Amino acid sequence: MTDTAHRVNIGLPSLRDVPKTDVPQRAADFKTDQEVRWCPGCGDYAILAAVQGFLPELGLKRENIVFVSGIGCSSRFPYYMNTYGMHSIHGRAPAIATGLAASRPDLSVWVVTGDGDALSIGGNHLIHALRRNVNLKILLFNNRIYGLTKGQYSPTSEVGKVTKSTPMGSLDFPFNPVSLALGAEASFVARTLDSDRKHLTSVLRAAAEHEGTALVEIYQNCNIFNDGAFELLKNRDTADDWTIRMTHGQPLTFGSEGEKAVVRDTVTGALTIGEAGADNVVVHDAHAEDPAYAFALSRLSTQDLRYTPMGVFRSATRPTYDAQMKAQLETAAAADTADLGGLLRGNDTWSVG
Amino acid sequence: MSKQVRQLERVVIRFAGDSGDGMQLTGDRFTSETAALGNDLSTLPNFPAEIRAPQGTLPGVSSFQLHFADHDIMTPGDRPDVLVAMNPAALKANLGDLRAGATVIVDTADFTARNLGKVGYAANPLTDGSLEAFQVHDVDLTGMTVEAVKEFGLGRKEAGRAKNMFALGLLSWMYHRPTEGTVRFLERKFATKPNIAGANVAAFRAGWNFGETTEAFSVSYEIKPAVMPAGTYRNISGNLALSYGLLAAAQRSGLPLFLGAYPITPASDILHELSKHKRFGVRTFQAEDEIAGIGAALGASFGGALGVTTTSGPGVALKSETLGLAVSLELPLVIVDVQRGGPSTGLPTKTEQSDLLLAMFGRNGEAPIPIVAPRSPADCFDAAIEAARIALTYRTPVFLLSDGYLANGSEPWRVPAPGDLPDLRVDFATETNHTDDDGNDEFWPYLRDPETLARPWAVPGTPGLEHRVGGIEKADGSGNISYDPANHDLMVRTRQAKVDGVARSLPPLEVDDPTGDARVLVLGWGSTYGPIGAAVRRVRKAGRTIAQAHLRHLNPFPADLGDVLRRYDKVVVPEMNLGQLALLVRAKYLVDAFGYNQVRGLPFRAEELADVLEHFISEVSATDDGNDAVDTLGVDSP
Repeated sequence: MTDTAHRVNIGLPSLRDVPKTDVPQRAADFKTDQEVRWCPGCGDYAILAAVQGFLPELGLKRENIVFVSGIGCSSRFPYYMNTYGMHSIHGRAPAIATGLAASRPDLSVWVVTGDGDALSIGGNHLIHALRRNVNLKILLFNNRIYGLTKGQYSPTSEVGKVTKSTPMGSLDFPFNPVSLALGAEASFVARTLDSDRKHLTSVLRAAAEHEGTALVEIYQNCNIFNDGAFELLKNRDTADDWTIRMTHGQPLTFGSEGEKAVVRDTVTGALTIGEAGADNVVVHDAHAEDPAYAFALSRLSTQDLRYTPMGVFRSATRPTYDAQMKAQLETAAAADTADLGGLLRGNDTWSVG
Repeated sequence: MSKQVRQLERVVIRFAGDSGDGMQLTGDRFTSETAALGNDLSTLPNFPAEIRAPQGTLPGVSSFQLHFADHDIMTPGDRPDVLVAMNPAALKANLGDLRAGATVIVDTADFTARNLGKVGYAANPLTDGSLEAFQVHDVDLTGMTVEAVKEFGLGRKEAGRAKNMFALGLLSWMYHRPTEGTVRFLERKFATKPNIAGANVAAFRAGWNFGETTEAFSVSYEIKPAVMPAGTYRNISGNLALSYGLLAAAQRSGLPLFLGAYPITPASDILHELSKHKRFGVRTFQAEDEIAGIGAALGASFGGALGVTTTSGPGVALKSETLGLAVSLELPLVIVDVQRGGPSTGLPTKTEQSDLLLAMFGRNGEAPIPIVAPRSPADCFDAAIEAARIALTYRTPVFLLSDGYLANGSEPWRVPAPGDLPDLRVDFATETNHTDDDGNDEFWPYLRDPETLARPWAVPGTPGLEHRVGGIEKADGSGNISYDPANHDLMVRTRQAKVDGVARSLPPLEVDDPTGDARVLVLGWGSTYGPIGAAVRRVRKAGRTIAQAHLRHLNPFPADLGDVLRRYDKVVVPEMNLGQLALLVRAKYLVDAFGYNQVRGLPFRAEELADVLEHFISEVSATDDGNDAVDTLGVDSP
């Protein structure tokens, strides 16, 4: 038997030390030879192009990048990425990726999931990944519909939505994924839009830089079963009126004339929509320690997407699960030798013969 | 008066009390003392699922049985020779199991009208003559304990808690057990509470002295050390041996061990144990649920670790979908199922072997998974290494089917030298293995080893071998998504052939048939090895012939199993289920295997099993006489 088991380095370089490459990369390097099989016009194409276009910026060795997905249209994503990848089972990608990321801090691990995959069948894994702060980047493609099963309402569909399974309208109150993530102790939460390549890329960059679990909600149009779901935010005539673009350190003003703003009620402290000129306009602080501020921002939007904040809600520093796990291993190894024979013998032995 | 010392070959003792009385600890300590003396031993803890069941009630009784001898023994014993009962409930719950003439030591402190009434005693059994068949010692253990620990200034309730140590002291005197280990243990355990430590040691010594001085106990007993193969020994429980086996497998494979687990009885101790060994590079992950436990383990396997998940039956049910994914991904993974009584929550703290068919078939689609089962507590070590060997060699999930009896039971174990353990080193793929039509080198993740049919294991971080795996059917070789009918047929058959091929790596089945002319074969698997072996000894002692075989591998079976079965006129399969192995061997080999089945949450009694085997032997002889109508003895055939 050759000794190749030891030739591949699966050691534990420092958390930040995913190996870099000197060779310049292009988007094409991240494309596979597999034919992309989403419906023509699907928002997923734009996201795939944005991710492939953005990854060369990171300069990571391609072999140290892994995409893990669950089930659903979005979860076909890994097949189109020329990295390591796993198309797993419904809802479980965060759990699988947690095991991978926790045991291999030298990898850049990305989870691709959808609103059904992450928030319905896999809701438990999502919230626990967020609270643990494992070094994962979770891209949640939210099209507010079940596409692969041909058009049932999803956990982000608005109340009253008429679908194949809800002919008289959906009764379910939807999740706001950003609120959910913040409630689950997420250290990084952002929202962006499939068709806004520039914004999408800037959010991906921020997520990649973040240490710990990053949740990126990407509004994504399903042109077959829920076409136009995000029209209010995409249409030039309405987008500026209803989109609150968040930039850290900048006042939260918006509107076609920049006339509106997020203001803080001087008495109650609550965030509401007010005038841009007011002296209580909120200056965005994505690094606020207390998640209550980001949560309040997430509550501004309505089910029909009016007053939708876009950008990074929260980017806070908290020790990551994998780095702490690694540190415990190092502490234990420094404190005692790993002597298997001694362990097996234990403290109470007797000899025969 | 000088006391008499008698020699015994073997003794079965059962300590029984309330679930808060510390009976498991008492049993553990007596076991350690006995191991230190060099007796062979086997233990059976038996406790309720409730942490503190209602005090003084029958469901709240916790017991610990220990069989020790001057020769090698196979079971914790059918019927106790000695019962230590700490209250009326413990007496009532255990009396029926004693052999006639057994010694019963009773703590009288709790024998009040109220406590007697609680368990349905109309009269005090200590005085109404109902215990005449036994040698009863009624002693106020609690009262004497309180008296003995007076100097430590504890309240009566707290002082009385040391009564288990008083009882241990008394039994240690009766059976000439060494005492230093227990004193050391107590001082260490209560290091931060010196007066509790002092009280327990004082109670322990007082119990010993009581035996030595009181006239109530006139005889003590010696059991000589057992003759065992030369080596260094220790006592070990099944869950500990299994944990060490996993750790050793990781060390011998050169891979980091990753355990993903959700707490569940009776498997949690494996999670606890492995969590202590981070210095060996062991990562333990307490997941949010059973599904995440196996998911994380599979993710770690994808990254080049030895992924393991531990659970019991209800957890296996939840892991089924991920098991199917692991079959499809063809990655190494060990799934430990410490079986307990089912269905549903069932009997969490009691043993059963009823997950065999679940392990065998409990997934959607054709999803074969090799199955390995340990046969004794110490054997869990070797079985864990074997499960890891198959997982790593064949790139497949492997079931390791332990059970509650093995998990908590213990026995002496000859400690192996690490260097003598199997070499499990793995070759990760590092090079491309295929050339496309244009002459470019590429990596095909499903191009198999012709011998094992295992696929290459290329871990992330290996340049040039980037590839995607998933649960959708893959094209043979390239691993790309494929919905082609012929390809699916090929892949299903190939995955099955790979698992079937594990049989080629197995030694022939060991058949114990000393005279070579036995006509009845008793076939078992898992923890029934001890009771079956003890029953077989009884049968042979009675002058009958019988053959015994015990399966470590349940999937695939050893290649010669069919031939072995056909050599015998009758095959008997005792199982703690309703006939799951019997069903499999009947289906696969068309042999007329008879099940003998119990699901009482407890191991078989050797005596009872011996009667059953004798019955089958008689039946075979009777058939020769043309007398084929022999009543079955409550024996089920599936």
